[in-house]
Amino acid sequence: MAIYTKDEAKQILERALGFSKADDCEINLTGSESGNIRYARNSVSTAGHRSNQTLVVQSNFGKKVGVATIDEFDDASLQKVVALSEELARLSPENPEFMPPLGPQRYLDSNTFSQSTADITPEYRTDVADKSITPAAAKDVTAAGFLNDSSSFSSMINSNGLFAYNQSTNANFTVTMRSNDGTGSGWVSRDVNDINKFDAAEASAVAIDKALQSRNAKAIEPGKYTVILEPAASSQLLGNMLFSFNARNADEGRSFMSKEGGGNKLGEKIVDERVQLWSDPQNPEVPVSTWNGAGQRLERTDWIKDGVVQNLAYGRYWADQKGVDPVPFPSNGIMAGGDASLEDLIKDTRRGVLVTRLWYIRTVDPQTLLYTGLTRDGTFFIENGRIKHPVKNFRFNESPIIMLNNLEALGQQVRINGNLIPYMKVRDFTFTSLSDAV
Amino acid sequence: MNRRDFVQMAGLGAGALMLPTTLLGSPISVEAMLDPILDNAQKKALADVALNTAKSMGATYADARIGRYLNQFVFTREKTVQGVQNTESFGVGIRVIANGTWGFASTNDVTPDGIKKATGQAVAIAKANSKIQKEPVKLAPVQGYGEVSWKTPLTKDFKEVPIADKVDLLLKANNAAMENGANFVNSALFQVNEQKYFASTEGSYIDQDIHRLWPTIGVTCIDRQSGKFKSRQGLSAPVGMGFEYMDGLDSEKIAGAADLMLYKMSYDIVEDATLAAKQAKQMLTAKSVEPGKYSLVLEPNHLGLTIHESVGHPLELDRVLGYEANYAGTSFATLDKWKAGDFQYGSKLVNLVADKTQEGSLGAVGYDDEGVKCKKWDLVRDGVLVNYQAIRDQVHMIDQNESHGCCYSQSWNDVQFQRMPNVSLEPGKEKYSVQDMIKDVEKGIYIAGRGSYSIDQQRYNFQFGGTVFYEIKNGEIVGMLNDVAYQSNTQEFWNSCTKICDENDYRLFGSFFDGKGQPSQISAVSHGSSTSRFDDVNVINTGRTI
Repeated sequence: MAIYTKDEAKQILERALGFSKADDCEINLTGSESGNIRYARNSVSTAGHRSNQTLVVQSNFGKKVGVATIDEFDDASLQKVVALSEELARLSPENPEFMPPLGPQRYLDSNTFSQSTADITPEYRTDVADKSITPAAAKDVTAAGFLNDSSSFSSMINSNGLFAYNQSTNANFTVTMRSNDGTGSGWVSRDVNDINKFDAAEASAVAIDKALQSRNAKAIEPGKYTVILEPAASSQLLGNMLFSFNARNADEGRSFMSKEGGGNKLGEKIVDERVQLWSDPQNPEVPVSTWNGAGQRLERTDWIKDGVVQNLAYGRYWADQKGVDPVPFPSNGIMAGGDASLEDLIKDTRRGVLVTRLWYIRTVDPQTLLYTGLTRDGTFFIENGRIKHPVKNFRFNESPIIMLNNLEALGQQVRINGNLIPYMKVRDFTFTSLSDAV
Repeated sequence: MNRRDFVQMAGLGAGALMLPTTLLGSPISVEAMLDPILDNAQKKALADVALNTAKSMGATYADARIGRYLNQFVFTREKTVQGVQNTESFGVGIRVIANGTWGFASTNDVTPDGIKKATGQAVAIAKANSKIQKEPVKLAPVQGYGEVSWKTPLTKDFKEVPIADKVDLLLKANNAAMENGANFVNSALFQVNEQKYFASTEGSYIDQDIHRLWPTIGVTCIDRQSGKFKSRQGLSAPVGMGFEYMDGLDSEKIAGAADLMLYKMSYDIVEDATLAAKQAKQMLTAKSVEPGKYSLVLEPNHLGLTIHESVGHPLELDRVLGYEANYAGTSFATLDKWKAGDFQYGSKLVNLVADKTQEGSLGAVGYDDEGVKCKKWDLVRDGVLVNYQAIRDQVHMIDQNESHGCCYSQSWNDVQFQRMPNVSLEPGKEKYSVQDMIKDVEKGIYIAGRGSYSIDQQRYNFQFGGTVFYEIKNGEIVGMLNDVAYQSNTQEFWNSCTKICDENDYRLFGSFFDGKGQPSQISAVSHGSSTSRFDDVNVINTGRTI
C-alpha cells in the first residue's frame, strides 16, 4: 500500500530526520497508486497499474547541498539515505542561491481527496473504455482514448520545525473520435478530483457529436477572425502566460513582463479590464494542495485584476535579493467568466469561428509571448448566430496578451486540466494558413 | 514530460531537481556509477527466471529487459553551478504474450522472487485483456542470437571524466559568452548511459552499453533602453558518443555562411559561446524580414528538426494505423498512398533513409528492445514513398515478414513500442558546396540551428523558426534577419527541394527528448543531412507589438 496516513507519514519522517547530522535537513515523502487504460481502433490497446513511494532527503552544509532518495523505510534504509545525502552535500560545489529550509508554517485546509476515486478498479476502467467504444462503433466512428486515475499523498518535514501533509485524488480522461470516412474528428477532455463528477458516456457523446458534425469541412480563407474559444482552446495559452509571470526573468530584462528602460510591469494594465485571473487552492471546483513541494503556503493570489498585473512570482532567493515577500507559482488558474452559455455566445455572433481546441502550441517569440499552433477536432464557421458548417483547420500565430486585449465577451467557466476557464469570444484572432489535417 | 519541457529546462538551466524521479531514478555517487551491479551470468540466470515462469504459466512468448539507466546532468548559469545530478534507475520489465494478447509488468525487485511475481502479473494482465482482444498478436519471425553484446563506440566514458573538469568547461564557455557581450548565459550537459540486458524465448541474450550526450548553451543579450532581448542557442547536436564529443577538434569544424562555425562529430563549446554572444548582439539590431516567397537554404542543424517532424513522425506505422490518434495524431501518409507505389513525397533528389546503425547517432544500437538486429532501410527513394517504420507485431500489416528493428522503451519500467529510428536525407551526389548553393540563390534566406516548431496532427501543415537567419540577395549574404518563420505543407515542401549539398557538408542533428505514447515516453534520435535548398517557400513575419 503506497498511501500513508498523516500519522504514519509523520512517524517515518521523524525517524529519518533523527539520523540527520547536517546543518539543515528537509525530507519529502510521497506515494501514489495509479491506474490507466488506453484504447484505439475501437479496442483496448494497453492497461496498467503503478504504485510508488519515495522519500527524498535534502541535506546542506552551509550552501553545499546534497539530495538522495529511497523507497524503503526501515531504520537501516533511512539512516543510509540520510548519510548519502550528507556525503553528496559535502562533495557538491557551493550553490550561492541556496535558501535554508522554512520554519513552521500554517496551512489552509485542502479538499483534494475523494474516496470514490481512490477506489477505482480495473473493471471500472474497462467500463469507461466500453462507454466510448460501443456508442462510437454504433455511429460508424472510431474511438481512441486514455483514462488515468491516481490516489496520492505528499508529506514533508524539516529540521526547522515544518511539517506538512496532503492527500489527493485525480482522474484525467481524453478521447478522440474519428468518423470512419476519415473526414471528421472530435475530442473531449475531462478531469476531476472526485470520479462521481465524471460521466464517460456523456463525455464520449460530445466527442462523437463533434466528429459527425465536423465531417466534410470547407476551406475558408485564413486571416483575422472573431473566434469563440472553448476553454480547452484557450487554457494552454493562458497557462503559458501565467507560467511567464516570473519576476526574476522580468527584472533581468528577458520577459514580456520586462519594461523599456528596466524594471517590470507589476501594477500596469496589460489586458482588457474585464480580465480577472487568480489562483486559489481551496476553490471547490479545482482544489489543489495548500502547500507546494518546498513547504510554501499556497493561498488565493490575484495575478490580473481589472486587466492590471497584481503579482509576479518571486522565488525565495529572488525575493530575498529584492527585499520582498516570496510569491510562489500557482498550482491552478481561475479566470472569471460570465453567465452566457456557449449557445448564447454563438447566437450573438454575426460572423466567426468556433474552436474546440488548439494543439501543438509552441513559443514563436518570448518578447511578445507569440505562440503558434493549430485548431483540431472540431472547427466551425458561425454566421448570423448559427453554426453554418465545419471548416478546415487553421494554423494560428497569436499572443495571449493580444488575445486578452481583443476580448469581446466571456461565458461560463469550465474545468479544464485543473483550471477554471470561461468560454471566451475574441475579435481579430490571427489565423495564418490552412491545414488539410482532420 | 515532453521534449518541449526538457528543451525549456535546458534553455533555462533550471534545477534538475525538478525532473521526475520516475524517469531519472535515484541519486548515486560517481564512484558507484562505475560499479557494475551484476555480471552477465547473473543477468542471464535472472532473465531465465522470467522466461521460464512465463512459459510455465502458459505464455507463448516472453521477453525480459534488465535495465540500469544512469544519468548525469550538470546545470550552470553565468558563474554559478546550479546543480549536478547523478542518478540511477535499476529494474526489470517483463513482456509476455498469453492467449494471443500482450501483457507487461515491471519491478525494481531484481531477485528471482520479485521477477516471478512480476511475470505472474504480466501473464494475468495479458489473459484479462485477451477477453476484449479482437485479433491475436502476430509476431514477425526473428533469429535467436544466443549470447551477444554491443557497445557505443567511444573513447571517453562520461562517468570517468571528473565533474570538476565538466564544470570548468561549462564555466569557461559561460565566461567566453559574457566577455563577448552576453547579459545572461545558461549551459548544461545531459549525459545518459543505458545498460540493458535483453532476453527472450526466441533464444537471444543481448547485453548492450549505450551512451548519449547533449551539451547545450543559451546566450541572451538585452537592450534595456528598448526593452528588447534576443537569445542565440548553441549549435551543438546531441550524439551517441562519449565525452570525446567535447574535444572541439578543428578537423570536425565547418565554416558556415556569414560568420557561423558549424560542427560535425566534435564540438567546441567555448568557441560556439563566443560566437553566440556576438550573434545575439547583432540580432538586437537586425532587420525584420519582409514576408513573402523565398528560396530557403537550410543548414543540417536546422533541417534535421524539419525531417524529424515532417518525415520521421508521419512514417511511424502505429500513427498511420490510428494507435496514436488520441495523442500525437495520425498521418497523411496513409497505406493507400504507399500501396500505389508512386506517391511523390518529395522531388526526385529526395532520398530519405531510416538507419539504426549509423555511428555517432542517437538511435544507434546493435539490437532493438525486442531483440531484433538493427539495420538500414529506405523510406523515400527518388522522391517516392516506399516504406514505413514497423516492429515485430506490425510488419505483417504492410505485407512484410521482417521487423525493421526500431522497438524501444525509455526504461525497464515502461513497455517497449515502435519508436522513430534515425531518419536522414542522403547527401547530393554531385560536388556542390554551401558557398555554391548561396551563389545560385537570387532571393533567399539561410537558416541555421533549431527554433520554434509546430505541425498538425496528420503532419501536413508546419511552421518552423530557427536559431539564426541571414538574407541572401543575388548570390550573396547581405545581413542578418529577425522575425522569420516559414510555413509549408509536407508534400509541397519536399517537392520544392531543388538542390542538396554533397557529403562534405553532411552532419547530424538530434532530438534528445522526443515524446510519444500515453503514458508518454521519451526517446533520442538523430537526423543527418547536407545543406539543402527549397524554392518558393512562404515566409511570415512574426514580429508583434504588445
